[in-house]
Amino acid sequence: MIYLQLLWSFVQIGLFSFGGGYSSIPLIQEQIVETNHWLTMNEFADIVTISQMTPGPVAINAATFVGVRVAGPLGSIVATIGCILPSCIIVSILGVVYLKLQRLSMVQGVLQTIRPAVVGLIASAALSLLLLSLIHTGAFLGLKSVDWLAAAIFLICFILLRALRWNPVLMILIAGAAGFFCYGLPQLL
Amino acid sequence: MQKGAKLYLLLFFYTLKLSAFTFGGGFVIVSLMRKAFVDRLHWISEEEMLDFAAISQTAPGAMAVNASILVGFRLAGFTGALLAIAATILPPLIIIILVSYGYDAFAGNIAVQSILRGMQAGVAAVLMDVTVSLVLPFLQEKRALPIILMTLSFAAVTFFACNVVYVILVCALLGMGLTLWRTRRKDGRAV
Repeated sequence: MIYLQLLWSFVQIGLFSFGGGYSSIPLIQEQIVETNHWLTMNEFADIVTISQMTPGPVAINAATFVGVRVAGPLGSIVATIGCILPSCIIVSILGVVYLKLQRLSMVQGVLQTIRPAVVGLIASAALSLLLLSLIHTGAFLGLKSVDWLAAAIFLICFILLRALRWNPVLMILIAGAAGFFCYGLPQLL
Repeated sequence: MQKGAKLYLLLFFYTLKLSAFTFGGGFVIVSLMRKAFVDRLHWISEEEMLDFAAISQTAPGAMAVNASILVGFRLAGFTGALLAIAATILPPLIIIILVSYGYDAFAGNIAVQSILRGMQAGVAAVLMDVTVSLVLPFLQEKRALPIILMTLSFAAVTFFACNVVYVILVCALLGMGLTLWRTRRKDGRAV
């Protein structure tokens, strides 16, 4: 039964993808391309591209894409449910434990050392996203490889967010519109 | 804080909106959640949000889904967790189903590409804003250990490409050791 196969395959992906983001790609590739032959390597590369262009986690996007290809929209729902099932169970348990034990001195001690580290991780994610948007060629080859238009959009958004406390979702939408007028319109005209 | 049906509705639609704009990985949705649930609504404390980020990063599965489960559960129990999960997976589910039928037209479209390029710069600005808001309190507190840990974890991931899960686990072990050492010392003094 194709639905059960999809479910089981994505339960494994959901259960064994640690570290999030792109670290789950090899695991997804193994299940989808090598073990089950649901997609060719080229189609798989397309999913990675789509994942970069659309919102949502890579694993969920892959589950939806493979599900549609293999068994239509219902397949995509089954694959997505499979993908999130392990997290739902494990994280719910962790959540209950956290809310119960949060005040214990041992738990407090551990959390106090983890919090600054998490801030460091967020800072690192912010830096890599910034570099990705400023340097499209992938490698830094001097000032010429910097996309100054993107730098201007970034700077204006950053100031509006910090100084005027603009709504972040609205900000992202406006940045998209700015992108369209700066990059897209000149090419279309 | 709101109760009942109003809380469920707000939780669902806030998460739906955030999920629709989570370009670029798990820490983006955590930053957006921090802006909405900590800054704007004051439903969750800053410390809790950071704890949720650590738990959702360490547990298996997609960070965005894990973080939504924790926020939903914290605000409205198991119903809240289910609502938050639904709100998190609906936008990518719908968008990918649509895109999968017209991939070539979508990926090659100049308008789509240029909008995404602008949005990428906007998302980077949001994440940088949240980073500054998170880093400042630690700098103002002027305690050595948190600042050192923050710098080390940043450097480990940025320059040495360390696995994020290991960074969190090492800090957890360090915290355990420090707490044991402190309680031992306190007990020693009491005797």
